[in-house]
Amino acid sequence: MSQLIQVIASGLAIGSIYALIALGIVLLYRTTSILNFAHGEFGLFGTFMAFTFFNSLKLPYPLSFLLSLLAAALLGGIISILLVKPARASFNIGLAILLAALAYGLGVNLIISAAIGIAIAVVSYIFLEQPNRNPSELGLLILTLGVNLFLQGFYSLSFGSDNKILPSIVSNTSIKFAGASVSLGSIFTSLMGLVIMLLLWLLLNHSKIGLAMRALAQREDVAKAMGIPVRLVSFATWATSAALAGAAALLLAPSTLLSPSLLLDPVSKGFVAAVIGGMNSLPGAIVGGYILGLLELFVGVYISNELKASLAFIIVILVLILKPHGLLGKPEIKRV
Amino acid sequence: MNILELNAVESGYHKRLNVLKAVSLKVEQGQCVAILGSNGAGKSTLLKTIMGLIDDEPRKGEIIAFGKAIQNKSTEEIARSGIAYVVEGRGMFPELTVFESLQLGAFHRKDKAGIKNDLDKIYEVFPRLAERPKQLCGTMSGGEQQMLAIARAMMSAPKLMMLDEPSLGLAPLLVQDIFQTIKSINSSGTGVLLVEQNATQALKIADYGYVLESGRIVLEGTAQELRENENVRELYLGVSEAKTDKRIFVKRQRRWN
Ligand SMILES: Nc1ncnc2c1ncn2[C@@H]1O[C@H](COP(=O)(O)OP(=O)(O)OP(=O)(O)O)[C@@H](O)[C@H]1O
Ligand SMILES: [Mg+2]
Repeated sequence: MSQLIQVIASGLAIGSIYALIALGIVLLYRTTSILNFAHGEFGLFGTFMAFTFFNSLKLPYPLSFLLSLLAAALLGGIISILLVKPARASFNIGLAILLAALAYGLGVNLIISAAIGIAIAVVSYIFLEQPNRNPSELGLLILTLGVNLFLQGFYSLSFGSDNKILPSIVSNTSIKFAGASVSLGSIFTSLMGLVIMLLLWLLLNHSKIGLAMRALAQREDVAKAMGIPVRLVSFATWATSAALAGAAALLLAPSTLLSPSLLLDPVSKGFVAAVIGGMNSLPGAIVGGYILGLLELFVGVYISNELKASLAFIIVILVLILKPHGLLGKPEIKRV
Repeated sequence: MNILELNAVESGYHKRLNVLKAVSLKVEQGQCVAILGSNGAGKSTLLKTIMGLIDDEPRKGEIIAFGKAIQNKSTEEIARSGIAYVVEGRGMFPELTVFESLQLGAFHRKDKAGIKNDLDKIYEVFPRLAERPKQLCGTMSGGEQQMLAIARAMMSAPKLMMLDEPSLGLAPLLVQDIFQTIKSINSSGTGVLLVEQNATQALKIADYGYVLESGRIVLEGTAQELRENENVRELYLGVSEAKTDKRIFVKRQRRWN
């Protein structure tokens, strides 16, 4: 019994993190039809900013937490501008920084590495084919990969590889509950998850910009023809999505070490949760996140820890066989 | 004064496909102008081009709305300048409620009192909408959706309303209703540009009309003139003159070019 309570508590906590990540992915996908491969990097940006605010600037941790959510949101918004206008710049810069970082990592002198990066940026800018003014959906997807490379390179360059730790807002203790000891951290994570979901619901359903986001997700042309400022809405959507990634990362961070690969596994689970939920359904993303989190814990504890790793993909395959559009997805909402 | 003027506008899709060929037309203040044309003539393309919804179009010509050139403006700016656009097939947001859709119609307006006032008026015109502000648009009947599409456009308090085949898929009685509503919107001072295949109804409420064939304006005139034109009678009003054989049909089409 006490073990069951612990499993549920931890499952809900990790489920909230998956759900927050999935919500960010689905929100962006619904509104802009972009599958963002840089989603995890936004979250990472939040953790690294929090580390900077807290460790270097010595700000109180809750304030650092909030500021870094804002920073992640801002980064998301800025990326949206980059993707809309000079679409190819981000890919070129990303490629350049990645290779420069690689060179630096291999022990090349910093200045030479930077020169390599700049040369590659210029060459690829000149020789790679110019995308259209409005890149296709596939093009945008590749561009988010470019952003991903860019940010990964940036993290490796600026944060190095020594271990860094972010604290939790709550103290590192457990409380006794029906004979089980449940860590305060996982309760806090679950509660924060709920609070953030509530805030998202309020934003979408009780604000003008939220109404515009939902409209744009459903009929882009009509929404435009009503005078909805598409760029502003896209900025807000990217910012919200990035803040969700940031929140997930910050909630996850205290349980591990900060590193550029912090979110590798959670983000792939977030994608899985989004697919389970139906990819275009926000409630679906939440349900998918919790299902995945709870099942992982159950399987890991009661069946086998080895199975846990492949569980996500087994669930996806099962869901897609039984409900091809996901648990709560709607087939008819097909964007043109 | 002209509230809308197109001068030799050329437009199409994907930079290559040329749909509109040197289209010129105008809508005067307070006028209701009908565009007639068969399937694929380019009627919807015309409205999309005016609204700035096709990237990099129009490729040639100028579009002047309320005295300002808008052919290079964004859709957002064009909408804000006072043009409302009711798309073909009603363009519902299936997961928004009726009330939310109406709010969205007034998205770029700042005058709260005016919006409230207009909402009340619109609920009077369309009691069916007033009864169900919380219903999801996707679950409404075709007729209700068309009402909502027009109501939503009215919420932006436009100076010019463009409608793309508002009669599409509606029962004859409802078609009459819808056209009456459009007429009364027009009577209250809003210019109307009405794209229709239902020429009988359109010419009843229009002041002036254009016939679009394969992307060209082949005929224009007052509604009266068009109603009496034998080509229009035969091809759009479905009135068969004495003897119609294929030969005459072809000849008549040629004469337009
Ligand atoms: N998105 C598009 N891409 C490429 N071609 C298009 C596109 N939309 C329309 N066309 C083509 O442009 C031409 C004009 O189409 P348009 O929709 O303007 O006709 P229409 O007069 O509105 O016809 P209908 O009465 O059937 O609605 C057609 O040949 C059509 O195939
Ligand atoms: Mg059409």
